[in-house]
Amino acid sequence: MQITTTKGLMDESLLEKKSGSLDNENEFTTWVEYWLDGELVHRSVHVHLKQNVVAEGIQAMLA
Amino acid sequence: MANTQAMCTSFKGQLLTATHNFGTAPIRAATTADTFKAALFLASATLNASTTAYSATGEVSGTGYTAGGITVTNGTAPTTSGTTAYWTPSASLVYTSVTLTTAFDTVLIYNSTQSNAAVGVFTFGSQTVTAGTFTLTMPSNAAGTALLNLA
Repeated sequence: MQITTTKGLMDESLLEKKSGSLDNENEFTTWVEYWLDGELVHRSVHVHLKQNVVAEGIQAMLA
Repeated sequence: MANTQAMCTSFKGQLLTATHNFGTAPIRAATTADTFKAALFLASATLNASTTAYSATGEVSGTGYTAGGITVTNGTAPTTSGTTAYWTPSASLVYTSVTLTTAFDTVLIYNSTQSNAAVGVFTFGSQTVTAGTFTLTMPSNAAGTALLNLA
């Protein structure tokens, strides 16, 4: 698979892949990184918001 | 029977579609939905409930990112359920092929049709993106979880 990097398209096999996630009451987030010789050349992030974080504020404003 | 004090649910829904105007502006001649946009802001910025309109101050910058952000897909009209009116963008916010090396943690939804008036400030864990894609998936479009809730 070809990966878009700061050095152009590169084959995934040439890169070191790291990934992680964050899960809390506000979001579920995943990210993937590709490194080349210790240099970060690609990082993508997907944040999935779980809830509306301003509902209480709007409710208070209208109350 | 007895009367019960309440803000009418229909009114809440109509707030989201600009049926009522207690002031004098804006004059709304258009019968189409406004255009809403989503801009990303640095973790060092100071957006909050007092933010009244989009400003480039504190906005992210980098390869592939256009100041002002991206247009929000608005394919689902506001609706009501129970006593709550709500609305959520109908698609994820996707910033493709960007490099944003300074940490950001906020998206501002604003109305680019109405003088960039602010709608909401939404925060998430601080992130950077390098030659990649930043995707912000919306919460479920339902009462209590929708991006905008008038409860």
